[in-house]
Amino acid sequence: MKTTAKTTGKVSGIVANLVIVEVDGPVAQNEICYIRHDDVRLMAEVIKVVGNKAYTQVFESTRGLRPGNAVEFEGHMLQATLGPGILSSIYDGLMHDLHEMTGVFLKRGEYTRALDPDKLWDFTPLAKPGDTVEAADWLGEVMENSIPHRIMVPFVFEGKYTVKSVVPAGQYKVNDTIAVLTGKDGKEYPVTMVQYWPVKKAIKAYRDKPRPFKLLQTGVRTIDTLNPITEGGTGFIPGPFGSGKTVLQHALSKQAEADIVIVAACGERANEVVELFVEFPELEDPRTGRKLMERTTIIANTSNMPVAAREASVYTAMTIAEYYRSMGHKILLLADSTSRWAQALREMSNRMEELPGPDAFPMDLPAIISNFYSRAGFVYLKNGHTGSITFIGTVSPAGGNLKEPVTESTKKVARAFYALSQQRADSKRYPAIDPIDSYSKYLEYPEVQETLKKTVADNWVDNVMQMKNILIRGKEAAEQINILGDDGVPLDYHLTYWKSEVIDSIILQQDAFDNIDSNTPMDRQRYMVDKVLEIYNTDFEFDSFEEVNPYFKRMINTLKQMNYSGFMSEEFKRFEEELQNIIAERKVQS
Amino acid sequence: MSGTAFQKIYTHITHITKATCTLKATGVGNEELALVHGRLAQVVKIMGDQVTLQVFAGTEGIPSNAEVVFFNRPPALKVSEDLAGRFFNAYGDPIDGGPAVEGEEREIGGPSVNPVRRRQPSELIATGIAGIDLNNSLVTGQKIPFFADPDQPFNQVMAMVALRAKADKIILGGMGLTNDDYLYYKNVFENAGALDRIISFVNTTEDPPVERLLVPDMALTAAEYFAVDKNEKVLVLLTDMTLYADALSIVSNRMDQIPSKDSMPGSLYSDLAKIYEKAVQFPSGGSITIIAVTTLSGGDITHAIPDNTGYITEGQLFLRRDTDIGKVIVDPFRSLSRLKQLVIGKKTREDHPQVMNAAVRLYADAANAKTKLENGFDLTDYDQRTLKFAKEYSDKLLAIDVNIDTERMLDTAWELFARHFSQAEVGIKKEFVDKYWPKN
Repeated sequence: MKTTAKTTGKVSGIVANLVIVEVDGPVAQNEICYIRHDDVRLMAEVIKVVGNKAYTQVFESTRGLRPGNAVEFEGHMLQATLGPGILSSIYDGLMHDLHEMTGVFLKRGEYTRALDPDKLWDFTPLAKPGDTVEAADWLGEVMENSIPHRIMVPFVFEGKYTVKSVVPAGQYKVNDTIAVLTGKDGKEYPVTMVQYWPVKKAIKAYRDKPRPFKLLQTGVRTIDTLNPITEGGTGFIPGPFGSGKTVLQHALSKQAEADIVIVAACGERANEVVELFVEFPELEDPRTGRKLMERTTIIANTSNMPVAAREASVYTAMTIAEYYRSMGHKILLLADSTSRWAQALREMSNRMEELPGPDAFPMDLPAIISNFYSRAGFVYLKNGHTGSITFIGTVSPAGGNLKEPVTESTKKVARAFYALSQQRADSKRYPAIDPIDSYSKYLEYPEVQETLKKTVADNWVDNVMQMKNILIRGKEAAEQINILGDDGVPLDYHLTYWKSEVIDSIILQQDAFDNIDSNTPMDRQRYMVDKVLEIYNTDFEFDSFEEVNPYFKRMINTLKQMNYSGFMSEEFKRFEEELQNIIAERKVQS
Repeated sequence: MSGTAFQKIYTHITHITKATCTLKATGVGNEELALVHGRLAQVVKIMGDQVTLQVFAGTEGIPSNAEVVFFNRPPALKVSEDLAGRFFNAYGDPIDGGPAVEGEEREIGGPSVNPVRRRQPSELIATGIAGIDLNNSLVTGQKIPFFADPDQPFNQVMAMVALRAKADKIILGGMGLTNDDYLYYKNVFENAGALDRIISFVNTTEDPPVERLLVPDMALTAAEYFAVDKNEKVLVLLTDMTLYADALSIVSNRMDQIPSKDSMPGSLYSDLAKIYEKAVQFPSGGSITIIAVTTLSGGDITHAIPDNTGYITEGQLFLRRDTDIGKVIVDPFRSLSRLKQLVIGKKTREDHPQVMNAAVRLYADAANAKTKLENGFDLTDYDQRTLKFAKEYSDKLLAIDVNIDTERMLDTAWELFARHFSQAEVGIKKEFVDKYWPKN
C-alpha cells in the first residue's frame, strides 16, 4: 500500500462518529485518514467504500465538523509503533501515550508519540555481518526494565536478507539505525529499533504453534486447582455486574506467573484503571522483586473515551503482545471487557444501516471474536525459543444472561470458561466462579495432565476430579435438605453437604484483599487440597444432624485461619494442630 | 437564547417527524444549535446538503415553511459563582424569576478527563445511614445509582444523603421530575438553609421529554466549573435516569435506527457512560460525585437501562421495606459500593471489612432460616438465633432513619454478634475478635 501522492477528499456527510468522505483517488479498506477541522486533525478509519464515497469511523467527537472539511488519506492501516519503551507505558486505544498529553482533559486531535525518541538504550548486538536473517529474527537487544527486549528484523520484511552491518554495543536512541540489511534485490535496508505493524493483522513470525501444555499459575485457587489456564491458553470470564469480574482480573494481572502483562481496559470504568495506575508502581512482583508496573503495559480506553478507539484498543493490545512473544516472552493479555468492544462494532454497524444479526450485533461477530482469540497461543520461534500469549477476556452479558451473542460466540473459541455466579456473589462467596458450571478443556489434554503430574503431584488430576464430584454431590445434598428439611434426610446428607462446604470455603473462596490469602502458590494449594481431602475421607460420628453444622463451622473457621497465616509459619502450624484436634474429636476409631 | 445579526434564514423544511425535521442547508456544523419556528433544535445528521435537526420541544405545529436559523455553536451554559442557589430549565434559562446568569460560556458535554490525570478516590462520604456507611461506603468521585421501584422513597433518601454529605455544592439534575417532587426538593433544601449551595436544572413531567437530554450535560458542566475552577467537592444528583434513557430511545426511533435490547438504541451504554464517567476526583482536590436514580419496572434489573447502568456505575443501592420492623432499609444483599474497598479499614476502623462481611453472612443465614420456616420445617437453635439477630441488625443498622457515625455502627455490630453468636460462628480474624468482642 505505498502510494506516492496521498489521496485526499472532502467531508460530505456526518452521523455521530460516522463521517462520509468524497475522495479523489484510491482508498483502501481500513486505511487511516485525518479530517481537518479548524486547527486540529481528527483521525479516522475507512470502514466501507461505495463508489467515490469512503465511510469512515472517526476516533474522536465529530462536534462542529461540517461538509467540505478537507481529508487526507495516509496510505496505511491503523498501526502499532513497536520498540523499546512500551513497558510501563499507559496508552489510549490508538497507542498514544496518555502521560504525554497536556492538561487534565483529553483534547481532540492531540496525538502523542508512543515511544520516547530521546531516551538512550544500552544496545548489545546479537547478529553479525554475513548472517542470513528473515522477519522477526533477533538482531540485538536492549534491557527494558530488566526484561531483555530483542530488536528484530521488522515483521513487514519479506524473504531472506543478509546482515551487512550491526552497530557495536553502545547507547542508541530508538530511531537510530542499528543494522543495515541487504535484500535479495541487492538494495540496502537500514533497521532502527522501531517498527510498525497493522494491528488488525496477526504477526505470524514463528515456526509452529503446538497445543498448550504448561500450567500458568495465577495464585487463584479456584482457577489453578479446579480449572487451570495454560501458557498460551484462552479463557473468558462472563458474569453479571457486581459478580467480581474486575477484582478477579486485577488479581490475575498482579499474580500471574508471566514475564509481561498487558491490560486492555476496553470501555470500562476509569476509576478501575486508576486503581492499576496507583497500585502497580508500588506493588512488587513476588517472583522478581521488581515493581509490577515494570512488566505491565496498560491500554486505557475507558467507557467515556471515543467508541471507535475502543474497538481498536483490543487489537493494539494484541499486537503489542505478539511483538513481545516474538522475543521469547511469556505474556498474559487481559481484556476488560470484550462485550464493550462488540458493542462498539454494533454502534458502527447500526450507523451504516447494515442488516443486523441477533440483538442488533453485526452478523460477522462470531467470526471477529474467534479470529481475535486465535491470535493467542504458545509458539516455538524460528530460533528455537518459545513464547506465549495467554488471553483472558471478560464478557459482560446483558442482563446476566449467558445466552447472548457475545458470550455464545466466545464460548465457541475460548477453552477455559469461568462463569461468575450472581448467587455466589450475593452470598459473598468470592471469587464467585461457579465450580460446577465452569470448565477448563485443558484439564482434558493428555499433555497438560502429564505436566501436572510432573510439576504438582502424581495423583493431582485424580484429586481435582474427585473434588469436582464432591462439590456436585454437595450441591445435590443441599437441594435435598432444602426440599425435605433438616430432619427429613438421613444424617449422611448433612455430612456430604458439609464436606463439600469445606472445599468451597477453603479451596474455592479466597480473600482478594488479604495479603496472604489473595495469592496461593501451587505447593500451598496442593497442601490444602490434601488437607480437605483428608477430611473428606475421614468417617465422623454424630448423634444427630444438629451437631453437624456447629462442628463443621468450627472446622472451617480453623482452616480459614490457616489460609490467613503465612504458609508453614508458627501460626499456621498452631491452627493446623487445632484442626487435627477438632478432627480427632469425632473421628470414628477403627 | 437568540442568534446574532446577519444570519441566513432558511424557510424550506423537507421532512418533519415527531422529533426531527430535515432541510437543505450549507455550512452547518455537526451538533450545532438552531432555532426552528422559535424552538431550540440541534443538528444530529448531515448528508450532503440535507441537515437533520432534533427539535427538543417536539415538532407539533411546525409548518414546512417555518423559519430556521443556525447558531453556529453547540449548546452551552454560562458559568460563574452566580449559578449557586438558582433554578434553571433544561436549556439553562432561569425558572425562579431571577435574572439570567452572566459568566463564561462553556460548551456542554465537553471532553473526558485523561485517565492518567485522575486521582484515586479516597475520601469517605459519611451519610450516617449504616446501610450505606457500614455496608456500602460512598467515596468522593464515585458514581452510584439507587435502583428503585417508582413507589419507593428514593427522592427522600437522596435529599437526606445530599444534605448530610458535606459537599460544597449540590447540583440537582431533574429529568421528568413530577412537580410535587420538584417542590419537595426545593422545600427540603430551603428548610435546611442550604439553598446557597444548591443549583438545579429541572425538566418536569410538564416539559417535552426530549428536552431532558440536555439536563445531565447542563448539570455536569456546572459541576465541572465548580470542581475544576473552584476546587470544590460537588455532589450531582440525577433523577430519574430511566426517563433520560427513554428520551434517547424516542430520538433514535424517530431517526430510524435499529433498536437493540428492550427497544433501546445500540449506543445506550456509551451514552450513559459519557454522563456517569464525569464523576472524578481531580488532582487539585475538587471532585464530582454522582448519585443517580434509575427506576425499575417491577424490580427487573435485567432490563437494558438498569443493566447497562450497573456495568457503568460503581455499585448500586437498593431500598426495601422490611416487614419485620416496618421500616425501609438499604438492602444488604443486592446493594454494593465498589469503591468501599478504598476507604473501609483505611479511613475507617481496621475491623470494618470483616465486621461488614460477617454481619451480611449471618443475615444471609437468617434469610435461609426464614425460607425454612415458611416451608414448614423445624428451626435449629442456630436458625432461631440468626432470626433474632437479623431483626435487630435491620432495626439498629440497616434502617434508613439511623443516623450514627461509623465507629458507633461497628460497636453496635459487635454487640449484636456477642448477644447472639459464639466467636466461631462469627468467624472473624482472631486479632480483631480479641480486641473488639464485648468483654462482659
